[in-house]
Amino acid sequence: MRSIKKDFFGNQVLTDINFTLGEGEVLGLCGENGAGKSTLMKILFGMDVIRETGGYEGDIFINGEKAVFNTPFDALKAGIGMVHQEFSLIPGFTATENILLNREPQRRNVVSQIFGDRLNTLDYKEMDRRSAEAIKKMGVEIDAKMVISSMPVGHKQFTEIARELSKDQLKLLILDEPTAVLTEKEAEALLESIRGMSAQGISVIFITHRLHEILAVCDKVVVMRDGHVVRDVPAKETSVDDITRWMVGRDVQSGSAVPEAKAEPSDAKTIMSIKNLWVDMPGETVRNVSLDVREGEILGIGGLAGQGKLGIPNGIMGLYEAGGTVVFDGQEISLNNPRKCLDSSLAFVSEDRRGVGLLLDETLEWNIAFPAMQIQDKFLKKLFGGAIKWRDEKGIHAVTQKYIDALQIRCTSSKQKAKELSGGNQQKVCLAKAFALEPKFLFVSEPTRGIDVGAKSLVLEALKKFNRESGVTVVMISSELEELRQTCDRIAIVSGGQVSGILPAAASSEEFGTLMISQVV
Amino acid sequence: MSKSEQLRQTRFGQLVDAFGLPRLIITGFLIFLFIMAPITGSDLPTQITNVINRFSWNAVLVLAMVPMIHSGCGLNFGVPLGVLAGLLGGTLAIEMGFTGPMSFVMAIVVSTPFAILFGGGYGALLNKIKGGEMMVATYVGFSSVSFMCIMWLLIPYKNPSIVMAYTGVGLRNMFALDSFYAGVLSKFLEIDLNPLGINLVIPVGSLLFFALLAFLMWAFLHTKTGTAMTAVGSNPTFAKASGINVDKIRLLSVVLSTWLGAVGILVYQQGFGFVQLYTAPLNMAMPAVAAILIGGASVNKASVANVIIGTFLFQGLVTMTPTVITALIHTDVSEVIRIIVSNGMVIYALTRKTEGAK
Repeated sequence: MRSIKKDFFGNQVLTDINFTLGEGEVLGLCGENGAGKSTLMKILFGMDVIRETGGYEGDIFINGEKAVFNTPFDALKAGIGMVHQEFSLIPGFTATENILLNREPQRRNVVSQIFGDRLNTLDYKEMDRRSAEAIKKMGVEIDAKMVISSMPVGHKQFTEIARELSKDQLKLLILDEPTAVLTEKEAEALLESIRGMSAQGISVIFITHRLHEILAVCDKVVVMRDGHVVRDVPAKETSVDDITRWMVGRDVQSGSAVPEAKAEPSDAKTIMSIKNLWVDMPGETVRNVSLDVREGEILGIGGLAGQGKLGIPNGIMGLYEAGGTVVFDGQEISLNNPRKCLDSSLAFVSEDRRGVGLLLDETLEWNIAFPAMQIQDKFLKKLFGGAIKWRDEKGIHAVTQKYIDALQIRCTSSKQKAKELSGGNQQKVCLAKAFALEPKFLFVSEPTRGIDVGAKSLVLEALKKFNRESGVTVVMISSELEELRQTCDRIAIVSGGQVSGILPAAASSEEFGTLMISQVV
Repeated sequence: MSKSEQLRQTRFGQLVDAFGLPRLIITGFLIFLFIMAPITGSDLPTQITNVINRFSWNAVLVLAMVPMIHSGCGLNFGVPLGVLAGLLGGTLAIEMGFTGPMSFVMAIVVSTPFAILFGGGYGALLNKIKGGEMMVATYVGFSSVSFMCIMWLLIPYKNPSIVMAYTGVGLRNMFALDSFYAGVLSKFLEIDLNPLGINLVIPVGSLLFFALLAFLMWAFLHTKTGTAMTAVGSNPTFAKASGINVDKIRLLSVVLSTWLGAVGILVYQQGFGFVQLYTAPLNMAMPAVAAILIGGASVNKASVANVIIGTFLFQGLVTMTPTVITALIHTDVSEVIRIIVSNGMVIYALTRKTEGAK
C-alpha cells in the first residue's frame, strides 16, 4: 500500500477532506464530537448508512487505485479492518472463537462429504494457533480460552483488535476510540501494540479524545473541525495545547489549572450524610460507604473503574438496590425510591446517557421539561380547579430555549429529537434536565465520558456556575482525576466499595494514586 | 440518471419515508377501488355508506390500541379481554331488563367494573413479563375467550330473548339487538339522503361518539399522566429515574385499553345490530391491530390520527373489495384479501419493531 487519498466535495458534514497515509504509518485523527470523524470512517469502511443517505462524493485511492466500497465486505476484502466504539463480540464464546468467527479453519468429515462444506468440523488446533498468533502480534497477554463475558473490559477490546489482526490481508486498521474504556495501564499496552503493528507494515488510523496518546504513538496528526481538516501535521511538531486549540478553534484551559482559591468552608454545615451505604449495582458494588457532604461545595468522587464510585449516586437515587442510611438536610431519605429523592430536591445526571438519561425518540423539550413536570408540577396548566393538569407547551418551549442558549446546545430546534444530537450535546441536555428541576443537591455521574475537549470544558463550567450562582451542592463522580481536580473543592477516592480517603483538590497525584489502589478488590 | 429523475426519486423517497410504503400502496388500492366501483356497476354512494358505517363500528376498538402502545406494552393482541367485559356488560344489562337507549348506557356502566377487574389482572401479568407483552397478550386473548365460552353456558341467564331457544340454558351463539341497543348511536342525528334519490346514510351519532372518545384520548395524552405514559413507553429507565412508578402507569394503560375494548364492542354491536358470543371475540383483535398499523402507528408510537386514517383505510378495503373485485373477476376473494392485508400488516409492523425502539 502506498497511499490513500480521499476527497469529498459538497457534503454537508464533510467538506473537502484530503489526506494521505503511507504504509506502516500511524495517523491520529481527532476533533470535537460532531466534527465528522465517524462519518469519514464510515465512508472509508463502506458502511450501509452512507449509501442509504445518498452516497458520497470524491474518491478513495488505495495503492494508487481507485477503490469503491459499497459494503463493509468490500472494505474487508481490500484489507481494511475497523474496531468500533461499541463491542461486537459474542459474550458466550471464547476469545479464540470470537477472533476467528466465520473464518474458522475447517476440516472435512464424513457428514460434510455428503451434505457439503457447511457441516465441516472446526479445526480447533489451528484456531488456537492462529488466535495466539494474532494476540502475539499485539504484544499483550490474553487468555484465548477465556469466555468473553467473564473478561475485563480491556481484554474485550484487545480481543476485538486481535480479530482484525488475524485477517491475513489486513493493511489498514481503523481504531475508533479504543482507549475510552481502558484503564491507563491497559491503554499503555494498547499503544505499545499499535507501535508493534506499524512496525509490521500495517497502517493505523487512531481516533481518540485522549490527545497525549496521539502524541505518544502517531506519526502524523489530522485535526478535524466542522467537517474540515484544519491541520495535518507530523506528530513530532505539535503539542497537546496546539491540537486542542485547532480542535475547538478557541482557547481552552488545559492541563491542571489551579482551582480557584475558595474559602475553605470547613465550618459549613453538613447537608448530606451517608452512613454504611451498600449498593448492589453490577460491576460497581458499593460495600460500606460513609461520607459527609458540606453545603455549597463541589465534592468529587474518584477511583478506578469497578471500585464502586458509580454505585453511590445510583444507589442513593434508587436505581439500584441499596441499604444504609442517608440523611439529607436533617431528614432521612428512604432508599430504593427514586420519587422520594427527587421530591426532597435531589437530582441526578446519570452516566448512562442513552439508557437512563434521555428519551431518545422524543424532542429536546420533552427531555428537559419532563422530570420537572412530573415531580414539581411545573409547566402544567391547571384546568377545572386542578382536576386536569394540562401540558403547557409554551412554558416547555421557553425553558428549553433558555437552556439551549445557556449551555450552547447545538441543535436545529428545540423540537429536534434527542437521538439526533452528538454525545456532548446530549450530555448538555441531561444537565439541562437536572437544572430545570432547580435542585438543592445534584449528583453528576461521569459528566464528560465520551465527549470532546470543547464540550467538556463547557459542561464543567456550567456545573461550576450552577454551583456558585445557585448555591447548589454538587457531587461529581468521574474517572478522570484531572477533571475532578480542576472542578472540585474536595475529592473522595473510592476503592473496593469504600471511601479510602478525602483530599483537597490541591493534593498531589501520588497521594490520590495511593488511595485509589489501597483497597482494590 | 438525469437531474430531474434524481429529484423525482428523492421526492418519491421522501413521500415513502413520511407516509410509509404499505400505507401508500393501500391508499392507492383504495382509490383504485373507488374509481372502479361505478365502472363495475355498483352504486358509489352505497359503497361510501358502507365504508362510513364500518368505520363507525370499528373505530373505538382501534382506539383501544393507543394507551398500551404509548406505555410501551406493544400492540394489544389481548383486546378480546376487553371485548369480553363489554359482552358481559351488554348481556347483563339486557338480563336486568333494560331496553332501548337505556340498555346501551347500562351496558357501558355494567361492563366498566369488569373492564377494570380484567384489565387490572391483565396489566399485572404484563408487568411481570416485560419485553414479551405481545406474545403473552395473544394467549391471554385465546385463553380468556375459551374460559368465557364455558361461562356463557354456566351463568344463569334467564331473559328469553337471549338464552338458547330450545333448552333455556346458556346464551345463544348470536342474537339480535332490535329491542335493545341496536342503532342507538347510529340512528341518532342520522343524515339520510335516500329521499333525495342518493343512497347515502351517515351515522352521525356513532361518529360523534367516536369523536368524543378520540378527543378524550387526545386530551389525556396532553395531561401530566398522559405525558408520563408516553415517556414510560419511550424509555422506562428514564421514567423511573424521573420518579415515575412505571408499573402503575403501565397498569393504567392496560386498564384504559381494556375499557375502550369493552366500549368498542358495544359500539360495534349497536351498529351491527347483533351480539356474537363464544369464539367471536377472537376475530376482533387482528383487524384492530392491523388498522392502527396501516394508520402509521409503530409498536411504540401511535396517535389519534393513526387511528382515524388506519380504520378508514382498513375498513374501506374490507368493504370495497368484495363488491368491486368480485364483480371484476367473478370469484369471491374478499375474505382472502382481508386476511392477507390484516396479517400482512401485523408481520410488517413487527419486523420494523427495532426501528421504533432504541
